[in-house]
Amino acid sequence: MSSILLQVIISGLLIGAVYALFSSGLTLIWGMMNVINFAHGDFVMLAMYTAFLVWTVFGGGPAASVPIAAVVLATIGVLSYFLLVRHIMRGPMLAQILGTFGLALLLRYSAFWYFGANFRTLPDTLLGSPFVLGSIRVDAPRLLAGAVGLLVTLLLHLILTRTALGSRMLAVSEDATAAQLMGIRPEHMQAVAWALAAGATGIAGALIATFFYTSPTVGETLAIVAFVTVAFGGFGSVPGALLAGLVIGVIEAVSAFLIGPVYKDVIVYTLFVLVLWMRPQGLMGKA
Amino acid sequence: MFSQRGALAVLGAALVTLGIVHDAAAQQTVKIGAIYPLSGNAASAGGFSKAAIELAVDLVNNGNPDLASVPLADGKGLPGLGGAKIDVIFADNQGTPAAGQNQALRLITEEKVVALIGAYQSGITVTTSAIAERHGIPFLTPESVAANLTERGFKWFFRATPVAGDFARAYSDFLREQKAAGQKTGSIAIVNENTEYGNSVASVIKEQFAKDGLNITQAIPYSANTTDVQPQVLQLKEKNPDVVIFISYTSDAILYAKTMKDLSWKPSIMIADDAGFNDPSFVATSGTLVEGLVNRSSFAVGKPGSVSAVINELYKKKTGSDLDDPSSRAMQGMLIMADAVNRAGSTEPAKIQAALKATDLKGSQVITGYNGVKFDEKGQNVLASSLITQMQGGKYVPVWPKDKAAGELKLPYKGW
Repeated sequence: MSSILLQVIISGLLIGAVYALFSSGLTLIWGMMNVINFAHGDFVMLAMYTAFLVWTVFGGGPAASVPIAAVVLATIGVLSYFLLVRHIMRGPMLAQILGTFGLALLLRYSAFWYFGANFRTLPDTLLGSPFVLGSIRVDAPRLLAGAVGLLVTLLLHLILTRTALGSRMLAVSEDATAAQLMGIRPEHMQAVAWALAAGATGIAGALIATFFYTSPTVGETLAIVAFVTVAFGGFGSVPGALLAGLVIGVIEAVSAFLIGPVYKDVIVYTLFVLVLWMRPQGLMGKA
Repeated sequence: MFSQRGALAVLGAALVTLGIVHDAAAQQTVKIGAIYPLSGNAASAGGFSKAAIELAVDLVNNGNPDLASVPLADGKGLPGLGGAKIDVIFADNQGTPAAGQNQALRLITEEKVVALIGAYQSGITVTTSAIAERHGIPFLTPESVAANLTERGFKWFFRATPVAGDFARAYSDFLREQKAAGQKTGSIAIVNENTEYGNSVASVIKEQFAKDGLNITQAIPYSANTTDVQPQVLQLKEKNPDVVIFISYTSDAILYAKTMKDLSWKPSIMIADDAGFNDPSFVATSGTLVEGLVNRSSFAVGKPGSVSAVINELYKKKTGSDLDDPSSRAMQGMLIMADAVNRAGSTEPAKIQAALKATDLKGSQVITGYNGVKFDEKGQNVLASSLITQMQGGKYVPVWPKDKAAGELKLPYKGW
């Protein structure tokens, strides 16, 4: 294998881990409550602006912006749940879809109003120089984002499957009434799910901001990838999102490199449709 | 089909004319519509263009004593219409041809604008100008460069900007001169976003270069709304061409600048075709990553006290940024339209169309670096021209042709 092709695959894995990172929040909300959060991309956007503000106001790098963005977004997640989602859940399916979609537009145009349409970036020297192994280069911000992506996804998975909190959350997602009879308050658990999902999204956004541009519409660009990743991996499956993110990242990179960048979406979406055709529940979703 | 469309056009024009006659009698303002990307991926560039158009309108409505040589900037409004003021109505094309089309229709039928300018992206200018054509409303594009825009046989369409053919020739002349001076130009790659703008400019450059014996060895079309440009940069790295020409919008331009540094690859000459690479937010975020980048521009800030310097100061006071090339062309577009409406002495679209056709502005009367404004029978400004600039110390400096240069060309490309 030529070293440049190896570089393509590594680049694909790194961007794929980032796809997984910002998709895990979306899949978590779905798994918990059967609600698609259409504002997900705009949560990422808010986290990116948080990182940008942490840098411009305090001069802080990812060490400061990641925890701050996690807390800020977890708060926004809980607020969204209590002020909006809790109410629209009682309405018809369409109200749920349009409700979070409305939230997306509210957040996006608030960002337009407050930050303006200008593109922003964090200084590219924030995390030092790339790692070089022979002819292979690994950019530090992407490596950090990729590594944290794996870590956060693993952590979310462990919380859901190995802790009492996770069991209570799963109980609510499977049968809220039965869970209530067992003394679990569904609303509390759902609020925790929104906090966890939005917090993970906050971490994702703060890390993506270190190597991507930030603008009020960046969420739109990223959200499409997140939806595909979640559907591909299986709605509600955190490990599925991880696997799907990596697969999509590598396929995109390799097909763009070998065939051409304009064809990469055709190839990724063909594969996507094929997988859903054979496995409608996604790679790791439950049937 | 044809007669049906024709009948619709006549009906539409009649309705619109009725509406306008009514409006003009009722108020002392002339409504001109401006369709720009105020949201979507090009919102940053659209916002800067909007500010430039507002500045043009402010010059006409309120005047500025330092700009006596600019037509209509003496603060008397439009004397041809009894001192009427311009009321510019902005509409957001949202970065999509369909939204642009709807906005054009709304501006014409509901806002009753007498003329339209816009729409930044060539692909959106295609659809918006078709609506104007159907309704018999003059449409002037100050910045869209796709070649086919003036090849549609439209009667109401005008374009002030130099077109792809003009700067393809400029790039070719420039590169052949660098070749003669000993720079490496043996292999050339073109990387273009794949909508109307990128595709058409790329194909015009390919034609021109083939004619002039410049060797294009690699073509990489890509989708501008992408999350990742690493594969494109790696394709370049593999073939390692001497010259790369980028035809990109802002978000992708930022990603290219960052990714080329991350993957540590650069050509000996890097050319950007305006658009994203001239967006002030590109210059602010990525200027230090592309030192020595060659670009084109129709606008360069002249000596203190010159028209371009005064306008740049006014613009900077308004937005905090220097006036960039696409925005300067948007501003010029509004001034051309104001001049035509004034000479028409009427808000009747047909009279404005006739006045646009008779436009004859000298080089000294325009704020951009054009040699003037004069439209041919297809609506193309035959006096449009552009210069070659280079990123030096975080700013674009005109470097070519020599008689218009303000700085020394420095090659090879330095990057970061």
